[in-house]
Amino acid sequence: MMRIFSGAILGFWLVAILAGYLFAQDANAVDLKFVLHGPSLQHWFGADDLGRDILARVLTGVKVSVLVALVVTLITMFTGVLIGMLAGFYGGKTDAILMQITDVFLAFPGILLAITFAAVLGPGISNLILALSLTGWVSYARLTRGQTMSLRNRQHVQAAESLGATVPRLLFKHILPLMTSLLVVEAAYSLASVMIAEASLSFLGLGIQAPHASWGAMLRDGVRFMLVAPHYVLIVGLCLMSLILAINLGGDYLRDKLDVRRDME
Amino acid sequence: MIKRILNTAIVVFGVLLLTFLLIHLVPGDPVEVMLGESASSADRESLRAELGLNQPLLQQFGHYLSRLAHADFGQSIHTKTPIAELLESRYPATLKLALLALTIGLLIGIPLGIYSALKAGRWQDIVVTIISVRLSAMPAFWLGPVLMLIFAVWLGWLPVSGMESNASIILPALTLGFGLSAILTRMTRTSLLEVLNDDYIRTARAKGLTERVVILRHAMRAALLPIITIVGLQMGSLLAGAVITETIFSWDGIGRLLVESIEKRDYPVTQACVVVVALSYVVVNLATDTLYKLADPRVRRAS
Repeated sequence: MMRIFSGAILGFWLVAILAGYLFAQDANAVDLKFVLHGPSLQHWFGADDLGRDILARVLTGVKVSVLVALVVTLITMFTGVLIGMLAGFYGGKTDAILMQITDVFLAFPGILLAITFAAVLGPGISNLILALSLTGWVSYARLTRGQTMSLRNRQHVQAAESLGATVPRLLFKHILPLMTSLLVVEAAYSLASVMIAEASLSFLGLGIQAPHASWGAMLRDGVRFMLVAPHYVLIVGLCLMSLILAINLGGDYLRDKLDVRRDME
Repeated sequence: MIKRILNTAIVVFGVLLLTFLLIHLVPGDPVEVMLGESASSADRESLRAELGLNQPLLQQFGHYLSRLAHADFGQSIHTKTPIAELLESRYPATLKLALLALTIGLLIGIPLGIYSALKAGRWQDIVVTIISVRLSAMPAFWLGPVLMLIFAVWLGWLPVSGMESNASIILPALTLGFGLSAILTRMTRTSLLEVLNDDYIRTARAKGLTERVVILRHAMRAALLPIITIVGLQMGSLLAGAVITETIFSWDGIGRLLVESIEKRDYPVTQACVVVVALSYVVVNLATDTLYKLADPRVRRAS
């Protein structure tokens, strides 16, 4: 049941993103007759405070949001896995120093560090990606370190090592392939959390800047006009919620399918 | 324990170093960014001198540490108010909000988790799980407005925002507390289910104890242990979530101070807020670790 449901939502959003590319509507077109109007035949999701079509803006917003989430997930996974493997493989001092650094990053709760980085770097997509990447690698590093430590002692790794395999070869040919399913599942969940973080930053005015559409900024405007146009915040929020939920359920599906036990912490 | 404290000290040092370096991450000249392009060069130079930005980096850091040791955070570059005063007036509001949210989270999460575990696999469990999965995926900037719409705008029971009346705290606390309760429900359920299959629970049942005593006295005592750790970790998301929630509900806490300082490019205030929140989180985590050791006889004896 849940599986079909989440598949349906994911499919819906994929179609929606595709449709956004194919039938590009102008998300910045102003239609003053409809300022803050609720859903109607002309504007299915209603219009915002400048009379722009909310549906068109949701569709352009999701493209940016998904793109940022994908880029950040790739960057953080790459750096996190590299740091984690080095720490887990060499152990000792290397491990102690690298883990001490991740501990410092973990000392900043939630998106606080990302907020701060985004604040000092200034607004804009590339700074947004940088801020989220600077803080997102930690969970991958910890996960990979633990895995590497235990995989390092497997017989096939020791055999390869005694045959003179180089460290990069050991790491990428003999250890990394055994963690792929774990990393795939982790990436699915982190896609959702990066989207939430991105929306939070844009909500605070730190992410994507006007006039470009972004869900976080739309939510903020929606809150501002909540008394006169409750449909605005509700519709944008529902879109974000459904996509996050679908991605998380997709993560659950992958986890069960790939038989990964993910620690609750 | 000594190792843990040493580790905490290193983390604290790292936190201070990282927040110190923040201002140097500003692209270009931080003084110009803060004051704007129209500022006179005399103003710029005086701010540069005030922030010590013309000194060598190492000396600046030493100066920063010694000031922090005296709880001197400098002053806001716009209003010239001492930042320590700002923090003192805003911190209690955030603490109050976080504690109430924590209470709400525990009051909803633990009973619901127990209920869900006892009905494991039946429809009640499925309903609770679906709702808690849904709630935990609900970020504050969505749940907050929804609660505000329902209870403040449509029903008119509670104030929309601000902190004038005592009831003002309810909506922001619910916003933060609901998300927490969802996580606690799932944790309690998992944790209790793991314990319920243990031998000593079978023994307790075989002794003829009532189900209530078996669950609350025997099973929950062991099941609560992992929850202590989760609560500690979740205090972090409460503190970070407060940034968004306080902004939505115009709650004058430290999160809103942070956002305001970012908007005004008042970086010394931003820096101070981040330091205070991060250090609170470090303290909470150290406290939960200690509490965990005290609560678990196995860990207590081992150390």
